[in-house]
Amino acid sequence: MIKNISNLGDAAVYCDFGKEVNKSVNSEVIKYFKALKKENLESINNLTPSYNKLIVSYDLRKTNFKEVKKLIENLNVNETQDKNNTKIEIPVCCDDQFSLDIKRLEEKLKINRDKILKNFFSKEYFCYMTGFIAGMPFLGDLDENMRVPRLETPRVKVPKGSVALTEQFANIYTFESPGGWNILGNTPLDVFDNSKEVEPNLINPGDTVVFKQINIEEYNSYNDK
Amino acid sequence: MTNNFEIIRAGVNTTFQDQGRSNLYHIGIPFSGAMDNRNYSLANKLTGNKLNSPVIEFAFQGPHLKYTGEKINIAVTGDVVFKIIKSGTEIDGNCYESYQIESGDQINLISTNKSVYGYLAIGGGLDLKLQWNSCSINTKANIGSNDGKKLENGQKINILNINSDQSKRKINYINSKVENIRVIKGPNFDYFSEEGKKIFFEKEFTVSKLSDRMGMRLEGSKIENIVNTNIKSEGLIKGVIQVPADGNPIIMLSDHGTVGGYPKIGVVASVDYDRLVQISPGSKVKFKEINLSDAETLFKLYEMETQNLLLQI
Repeated sequence: MIKNISNLGDAAVYCDFGKEVNKSVNSEVIKYFKALKKENLESINNLTPSYNKLIVSYDLRKTNFKEVKKLIENLNVNETQDKNNTKIEIPVCCDDQFSLDIKRLEEKLKINRDKILKNFFSKEYFCYMTGFIAGMPFLGDLDENMRVPRLETPRVKVPKGSVALTEQFANIYTFESPGGWNILGNTPLDVFDNSKEVEPNLINPGDTVVFKQINIEEYNSYNDK
Repeated sequence: MTNNFEIIRAGVNTTFQDQGRSNLYHIGIPFSGAMDNRNYSLANKLTGNKLNSPVIEFAFQGPHLKYTGEKINIAVTGDVVFKIIKSGTEIDGNCYESYQIESGDQINLISTNKSVYGYLAIGGGLDLKLQWNSCSINTKANIGSNDGKKLENGQKINILNINSDQSKRKINYINSKVENIRVIKGPNFDYFSEEGKKIFFEKEFTVSKLSDRMGMRLEGSKIENIVNTNIKSEGLIKGVIQVPADGNPIIMLSDHGTVGGYPKIGVVASVDYDRLVQISPGSKVKFKEINLSDAETLFKLYEMETQNLLLQI
């Protein structure tokens, strides 16, 4: 449930779902996000779900805070229950050339490479949100013993396709960008295709993601198929 | 024969912009679009274009262009010093007035005067590849026409079609200067000390040289955070003022990242956004608190004023 609805400036509604960051709070956020998206209102120009907030931006020439707040309060979120959230498999290669921070992870976590990989590839992840850079999914939750902070000094360039960890989340760099997450491997799969007009991103909030380990030969031939 | 402009000098930060792209924040794609919306619309109206047509936006120094083709009309808005060169003769151009350009003529957009952004509208249509329904170039994410890159020297801008009505259009308009930028308190306003809040609304800040279409960085007295210098990443909108750990505010502008993890001290009222983006590096800015209902009323009046200006053209 939404704990509090307030204004973010004069052109957005700030829906606060509480302080906690977990799957159940985030599922509520996504429920509202999907219900509003389905309404497809001309006056609403953006919806930004995150871990425990939903920001609804509107065109101040067409509506105002009071109207949008009322709309959110009267929204029937239970009608838009999504039974078939997609499960997506992401191939990841953890060859030395891609596993840029494996040594740091071993040191910080005090577990060896094999155990790190075994843990990482054995779990199912939930997409809390996408963003920061186009299409980047924030996937959780990593086990307690797999959580590390960001790099002290972020990289100027993180290679495209990097699969990286920080705190309770894993993410995928959809294109080359600066970044401070701990890089575990690389996927040959295009997680964001900017040539697509519709649904350019493979992973959406609420989706389930599993990672599948592939070797360097499979990685190199992946896009030949 | 194709009608086109050749870019003799591209200028500092020259891009194609339109009304921007909506409903893509949730996958990490910013709104973008023309920074100063009023000047963008006026430029289009002066050339007889639809109000949401693509234009050339430039910052500080604009492009120098040479035209080849059938007669075409153009207009420049903002506070811009420019010249039109017709068979070797230079004419001083006036903003908010349309001009007819013939083959061989040149337009030299020399500089913006004590402001940042200027607009050049070209009557008719530009031959641009749209991305997600918009030409708007976001150079940080490489999104939009021209492969998401700034315009460069030697490039050509192809014209798709030419407006048949090229009658002279003009209005008298002077960009009003800002005294204060009005701001609505943000959701993390109480993360800051009493002294910090006072500094925010009472002291002047200087616009840093590191400002661009993504954000305006401010320097001045530091705003002290007494709760937490990080929040869980959440959505941003343009005009949000974040204060990171160093205590210097950053205002999110049209190409901002879609989520951020710094506390939000305030949000610039929509009525002042067009004027905010025109404040140049080195200039001072001061914030004034405003409540939501006043902000809504003032925006309505501002929008009516824009509509009236458009009707006069």
